[in-house]
Amino acid sequence: MASYIFKRLGEMIPVLLIISFIVFALVFVAGNPVALMLPEDASQEDIDQLTASLGLDQPFLVQYGKYLFHLVQGEFGESFRYNTSALPLVLERLPATLELAVAALVLAVTMAIPLGIWSATKQNSPVDLLAAGGSVIGKAMPNFWLGIMLILIFSVMLGWFPVSGRGTLGHLVLPALTLATGLAAEITRLLRSSMIEILNQDYIRTARSKGMREGMVVYKHAFRNSLIPLVTVVALQTSTVVGGTLITETVFSWPGLGQLLIQAVHTRDMAIVQACVFVIAVLVIFMNLVADVLYRLLDPRIKYE
Amino acid sequence: MQTDTTMASPAERSRRIRSNRLLTWSRRLLRSKTGTVGFILVLAVLFLAAFADVLATHNPNEVNPALMLKPPAWLEGGSSQHLLGTDHLGRDIWSRMVYGSRISLLVGVTAVVFAGLIGVAVGIVAGFYGGWLDRVFMRLVDAFLSIPNILLALVILSVFGPGVWTLIFVLGVTNWVNYARLVRGEVLSMKEREFVKAARAIGVKNRMVMVRHLLPNVMSPFIVISTLSVATTIILEASLSFLGLGIQPPDISWGGILSDGRDYVATSWWLATFPGIAITLTVLGIIFLGDWLRDVLDPRGQNRR
Repeated sequence: MASYIFKRLGEMIPVLLIISFIVFALVFVAGNPVALMLPEDASQEDIDQLTASLGLDQPFLVQYGKYLFHLVQGEFGESFRYNTSALPLVLERLPATLELAVAALVLAVTMAIPLGIWSATKQNSPVDLLAAGGSVIGKAMPNFWLGIMLILIFSVMLGWFPVSGRGTLGHLVLPALTLATGLAAEITRLLRSSMIEILNQDYIRTARSKGMREGMVVYKHAFRNSLIPLVTVVALQTSTVVGGTLITETVFSWPGLGQLLIQAVHTRDMAIVQACVFVIAVLVIFMNLVADVLYRLLDPRIKYE
Repeated sequence: MQTDTTMASPAERSRRIRSNRLLTWSRRLLRSKTGTVGFILVLAVLFLAAFADVLATHNPNEVNPALMLKPPAWLEGGSSQHLLGTDHLGRDIWSRMVYGSRISLLVGVTAVVFAGLIGVAVGIVAGFYGGWLDRVFMRLVDAFLSIPNILLALVILSVFGPGVWTLIFVLGVTNWVNYARLVRGEVLSMKEREFVKAARAIGVKNRMVMVRHLLPNVMSPFIVISTLSVATTIILEASLSFLGLGIQPPDISWGGILSDGRDYVATSWWLATFPGIAITLTVLGIIFLGDWLRDVLDPRGQNRR
C-alpha cells in the first residue's frame, strides 16, 4: 500500500511540471509586466533597468528554470496589489474555501444517498421520477443563478438566512446548498444506476430467498457494495466542486480563494493567479489520489501494483 | 421490396434510402418524449437567435432613464410596451434576452467546434501512433484535467483580457481534453480491427488510414459528446460573463444581464430571473437532444446513463 502511494505521489510531479509550464508560458506570452509595476510617468530607462534586474530580458528557458527554482520553494513572486508574497495570501483564504467545499460535499451526500436508494428500490415511483427530473434540471441550471434565486427566496422574501458573508452557520447554508445541488444530482444518478445493477445480482436473490429482511438486503448487500463507485465519484468531483466554489463565493461574497482569484484576474495580479492555480491543482490531484487509495481499500478485489 | 430496389436506378435508390433514413429518424425522435422536448427547445432558441431583429421590440441597448426597473407586463406597474420589464438603465429585457441568445449559441457552438478540432486531431494521432507520443499527450491531458475548467479559463483571461474571441479560445482550450481522451480510446480499440489492418496491409499511407478509416468511425461518439459539450460551454460562458470576464458591453449575453440583475435582486427580481430561465431551458434542451442522439448514434452507450 505504502509503495503504491509513493508511486502515485511520484506521478504527481510530471503533471505539476506540465501545469507550471503551461502557466509560465501563458504569463510569458502576456508580455512584460514591468509597465504595470512602475508609475505611469516612468522613463524607458527605468523600465529597462527594472526589466533587467528582474531577469525578464533573459531567454524563455532560462526564465522558466529560475521560475521553477522559486516555485519549489513556494515563492510565486509578490502581489503588486497587496505588496506581499502571494502564497501566504492564498493559503490564508484556503480554509474558507475548504469549509464551503466540505459543507457542500457533506450536504450533497446526505441528500443523495436516501434519494438514490429510494429511486433504485422503487423504480418509476413518484419519488424516482421526481429525483430524475430534479437531477436533470440541477444539471442544466447555472450554479450562480441558483445561488441568486436562493438569495431571492430565502434571504429577501423569507428572511431566513443572511444574504452574504461568512461567520455563523446561517451564512454557510445557502452557498453550501448552491454548490451541493448539482453534485447531489450527479451522485443520486450514479447511486441509482449502480444499486439497480447490484440488486439484479445472484447474491441478492440468494439473500432474499433465505428469508433476509428486505431492509437488510438493501442496506447490507446492495448499498455497501455500491459505496465503491460512490466514493470514487465523490472524490473525482473535487475539481468540479472547487471550480464551483470560485463562482459561488462571488455570488455570496464568501471570503475565500475564489474572491481573491477573481479580483486578481480583474487587476491582472499574476503572482496571485499563479499561486491560486497551483494550490488548487495540488488539491485536486491529491484528492484524485485519495480516491484511488480509498477505492483499493474498499474493494479487496483490486490489487495494488 | 427486393425487386423494387434492383429495378431502380442507383440515384433513385440512394434517394430512397436517404428519405427512408430521414423517416426512421423523425419517427425515433417522436417516440422519445424528452428528445422531442429537447428538439423543440433548441429549435425555439435557434428561432430567437435567427429572427432577433424582428422579435425584439426595442433597441436592446437603448437607455431610457424614465423607465428604470419597470416590472413585467402582467404585474402591477408593468406596461405592454415592455413584456419582461426593464433593467436599471431602462433597457427592454425581452429585447436584450432575444439578442443574448445569439451570443450564447455563437460562443457555445464555435468553442465546441474549435475544441473538437484540436481534440480529435490529438486523439487520433496519439491513439494511432502510440508510444512516447501517446504518453506525452496523455500526461498533457492529465495536467489539463487537474485544473478545473473555470480556473484555466480565468488564467487565460487574466493574460489576454476579456473579449468574444478570447472567450471562444478559452472555452476551446478548456474543452479539448475530453475529445482527445474519447477519440484516443476509440482509436486504440479500432486500430486492431480487420478493416484497419487490411488497409495498412495493402499499403495505405498512415495519414490516409487516419483520415479515411479512423476519422469516420469516431464521428458518432464525437457528435454525441459535442452536443452535450455545447450545453456545458454555454453555462461556462454565462458564468464568465457573470463574473464580468466574458462578453463585454455593448455586446449582450445572458450571463451579463444576470450580472446586472444581481444587485437589484431585492427590489426587481425579474432582472436576474428571466436570463437564468433562458439559460436553463436552452441547456436542458441541448441535454435532452444529446441524450436522444446518443441513443440513436451510439447504441453501445445506451446503458451509460
